[in-house]
Amino acid sequence: MTSSLRFRAAVVSIVLLAAFLGIWHLATRSTGAVGNMSPEYAKLMGLTATQGKSAMPGPLDVGAKLWEHLRQPFYDNGPNDKGLGIQLGYSIARVGFGYLLAVIVAIPLGFLIGMSPLISRALDPFIQVLKPISPLAWMPLALYTIKDSSISAIFVIFICSVWPMLLNTAFGVAAVRKEWINVARTLEVGTVRRAFTVILPAAAPTILTGMRISIGIAWLVIVAAEMLVGGTGIGYFVWNEWNNLSITNVIIAILMIGIVGMLLDQILARFTRMVTFPE
Amino acid sequence: MTDKFISIEGIARRYPGAGGGETTIFEDLWLSMKRGEFGCVIGHSGCGKTTVLNILAGLDQPSEGAVIVDGQAIEGTSLDRAVIFQSHALLPWRTVLGNVAYAVTSKWRNWDRARVKAHAQKFIDLVGLTGSEHKRPSELSGGMKQRVGIARALSITPKIMLMDEPFSALDALTRGTLQDEVRRICLETGQTAFMITHDVDEAIYLADKIFLMTNGPGAVLAEIVENPLPKDRGRIDLHRHPLYYAVRNHIVDFLVSRSKTFAATVTDHDPRNVPVVRPGKPELVVAAEAEDSIEASWPSVARPSTSA
Ligand SMILES: Nc1ncnc2c1ncn2[C@@H]1O[C@H](COP(=O)(O)OP(=O)(O)OP(=O)(O)O)[C@@H](O)[C@H]1O
Ligand SMILES: [Mg+2]
Repeated sequence: MTSSLRFRAAVVSIVLLAAFLGIWHLATRSTGAVGNMSPEYAKLMGLTATQGKSAMPGPLDVGAKLWEHLRQPFYDNGPNDKGLGIQLGYSIARVGFGYLLAVIVAIPLGFLIGMSPLISRALDPFIQVLKPISPLAWMPLALYTIKDSSISAIFVIFICSVWPMLLNTAFGVAAVRKEWINVARTLEVGTVRRAFTVILPAAAPTILTGMRISIGIAWLVIVAAEMLVGGTGIGYFVWNEWNNLSITNVIIAILMIGIVGMLLDQILARFTRMVTFPE
Repeated sequence: MTDKFISIEGIARRYPGAGGGETTIFEDLWLSMKRGEFGCVIGHSGCGKTTVLNILAGLDQPSEGAVIVDGQAIEGTSLDRAVIFQSHALLPWRTVLGNVAYAVTSKWRNWDRARVKAHAQKFIDLVGLTGSEHKRPSELSGGMKQRVGIARALSITPKIMLMDEPFSALDALTRGTLQDEVRRICLETGQTAFMITHDVDEAIYLADKIFLMTNGPGAVLAEIVENPLPKDRGRIDLHRHPLYYAVRNHIVDFLVSRSKTFAATVTDHDPRNVPVVRPGKPELVVAAEAEDSIEASWPSVARPSTSA
């Protein structure tokens, strides 16, 4: 039953994809030569005007370009012409650093907040004010103080991924079932060992959920951040190709951003499943 | 004085009540037990039984008074006092073996893996869970989970076992088997045990002393019933013993009527010297027999689960 459902779902997905590609193709194909036009003018205007071809690339153009990129993902012809793989690599590295920093800060701090009502209340006003600030609003301040665009981008990733992790960790730790804590207490388990053997495993699913939300936000923000700071990265690539008026490359970059985002989410989902326990 | 292994001395527990006042759950509660004794507390829901047990365990502090165990006032929890929780409280991310081993390593920190495992295995075998060591709590039935809880409590070889309605969530058959196991283990190892129950038959089967608490708030320990049944009693033919109905009716009578009216009718109650009753004295047997009709009209209290 389930396998047949999965099979039918896959069929529907493929049909939808084919329909989408088909419509896209029809909407952007050439409509043939457009009347008579002086040859000079035609040359100036390019295919868009002469062949009735849409400025929007069709799926075949994108496919061909994509194939080109995939065959040579890591070429490097100077600052404005690098392979997609290199650009994605820069972005992933920035997200990785910023995210890791956020993990290092948010999880211990979340533990403190979750375990101590005093600290929880003391930090609450700060968190309430800082949390709703758009991560990009920090950018000028980061650029001014850090004076390095790449590190500023990492800082922005850090600041945007820290909140979901912090709040989820604090919530997960505070919500650990009283009876599990009581088991540890009756066994005279010390605070540190209790934190690692009872609170951490009990709160892990909630913490991982926060981490999964964070990685999604970090990946959303890195594109915008790189558009601002420029230089390298997939966000910069999108902006650069827009300036080159290469819509084909923009579409390919969008597709790549989606796929990498999905993969990052899947990795975190797998970790979440590993620490989830049935009750 | 020396025969008081556990001595609860004038404890009170108050919670901040509505409107700034205080609600007293109980106060001036005195209770003592000898080493190796099995005590059961019976009382209506909300009278403060769990609170007393948590204070004994060190999980909760009394607002007044103290608890002395083995000549020392208790401060917090201790590995000498194992708790079997009503909701079994197993760690769901650990296996059966892992749950018991966690307790073992907590008590003997420097034992190596093999030794911890062997020790834990011994207690898993004891409660009849051989073969289920690597299952997780979610894969176990309610009775099996409760057994793991018992194995975990016993594995640290405590001096005292504290049990909060350990079998109330189980079916009659499983409950009976576990009662047998707990009784056997307690007799074999000379455990001192303190148990809360709502099941009168369970109390008569297991307990040497039954503590009767009146209704809260302001609950008091009204009476201590000494079990007149012989030590070698069996669960199956418990109800055939000539004194069985005397004890049972006495307790049921207390639960049905006297627990409510106690505070109003008994004015000279001395909480430090709670009357000890041994139903089975001729006059009490007669008194109890006269109240058979009360029992019949309270089937939920007079649970005939052992007469199967
Ligand atoms: N945190 C708390 N704040 C205020 N009142 C409380 C709190 N915990 C317990 N109580 C009150 O203390 C009383 C005794 O509770 P306790 O859990 O000891 O009852 P119990 O005798 O074990 O009942 P049951 O048989 O239903 O388990 C109850 O009336 C309850 O309302
Ligand atoms: Mg209770």
